Amino acid sequence: MSAPSPRAPLPRSPRPIRVLVAKAGLDGHDRGAKVVAQALRDAGMEVVYTGLRQTPEMIVKAASEEDVDAIGISLLSGAHMTVFPRVLELLKEHGLSHVLLTGGGVIPEKDCEALRAAGVGMLFGPGTRTSDLIQYIQREVALRRAHSA
Amino acid sequence: MSTTPLPPDAEAILRGDRRALGKGLTCAEAMDDEALALLDALWGSTGRARRIGITGPPGVGKSTLASGVIRAHRALGRSVGVLAVDPSSPLTGGALLGDRHRMGAEAGDPNVFLRSFGSRGSTGGLSRAAPFALDLLDAAGFDVVLVETAGVGQTEIEVATSADSVAVVLSPESGDAVQAMKAGLIEIADVLCVNKADREGAEAMAEALEGMLDRAPPAPWRPPVVRTRALEDATALFEALEAHGTWLLEGGRIEERRRRGLRGRLRTLVHALLAERLLAGRDALLDARAGEAAGKRRSLLDAARSTVEEILR
Repeated sequence: MSAPSPRAPLPRSPRPIRVLVAKAGLDGHDRGAKVVAQALRDAGMEVVYTGLRQTPEMIVKAASEEDVDAIGISLLSGAHMTVFPRVLELLKEHGLSHVLLTGGGVIPEKDCEALRAAGVGMLFGPGTRTSDLIQYIQREVALRRAHSA
Repeated sequence: MSTTPLPPDAEAILRGDRRALGKGLTCAEAMDDEALALLDALWGSTGRARRIGITGPPGVGKSTLASGVIRAHRALGRSVGVLAVDPSSPLTGGALLGDRHRMGAEAGDPNVFLRSFGSRGSTGGLSRAAPFALDLLDAAGFDVVLVETAGVGQTEIEVATSADSVAVVLSPESGDAVQAMKAGLIEIADVLCVNKADREGAEAMAEALEGMLDRAPPAPWRPPVVRTRALEDATALFEALEAHGTWLLEGGRIEERRRRGLRGRLRTLVHALLAERLLAGRDALLDARAGEAAGKRRSLLDAARSTVEEILR
């Protein structure tokens, strides 16, 4: 099977950025997550949308199976200081440290800073333009892909 | 094949390493050289899973039914690997892959592995990649491998050639039975499922399907027409698929079916590889012949024939 000649490589196309969009916690407000999911799709990304009430365990299982480049968590319940660090911890445990963890919701500035210091990416508040989010993910994923290649 | 040691990623997949499987599926999706090496290495470990395909027009409830079928297999203690294919935008290449959303509880089950693929356009990998992704899930040791595809057309045929049992799902809203017949869906079905069976028109649709089957030439397996309300219960679909599986196991039917399926896949691959090799470095020739056809100096068909002659000379 290792004969050299007939192994013509199949055509290679650039891999779209894959993003997991999840709603964590118990609040049922998924409008923001859906708007973001649609904007990312329209920017040419493959968006795996998980829907409501995802636990950190479910989010990381999904990230592993779907082999995503980034995770965006929408969180309006105030549980961000538990959810983000736990997801980060599980990502490390599963060998997924290369995955960008970002998100948004109503998160106080000082909490954003603390989470960023812990290794979470940018967190986006109300009023964020989707174009900013798209550019951020594109830039970060390009860096991380180059780094791991 | 057996002389070379397994690459480490292949070995990890065989060991049940889910992260390695996730990465391997990304390779299969890209169908790059790495993927070919991986698939070569794992080929000998395929063929153990029971492969099920669920297909049908958008919006008929395939994901919800798939959830129910997965749940029924899990209740029997079987592990399930799932490939869910959703359409990609032909304009941006982006895709919204929503099956995890529909399969919430099942997707969280540690003995269920769910991977979503975007179809990535007709020129992209899907027609080739999806069956290989099923091979990987099979080699990874799942008892059941389930593929769910949206849309209509070639994709469905590809599903049929790589699944042991194919369920075609329709609903009263998906048009009448004639539409399904036009789309070529009926002939790939081992099980026909009318979902949303409580809605108006469902019974008429089921009866129309039965009528079509009555008029079809006699075949060794007549697809049962089952009625479901996926949100409540997918048992009827599960049982019909199980019955087809049992039937396949009698008298070596499954080997025959798989051989036929592999022949179809082989043909597709040979086609792609031949075209790839023969057309490599032939852009100038193609440009010249296309120019002749555009200038009406040759017909298009004549230009194609003479291109082939020249390539094979």
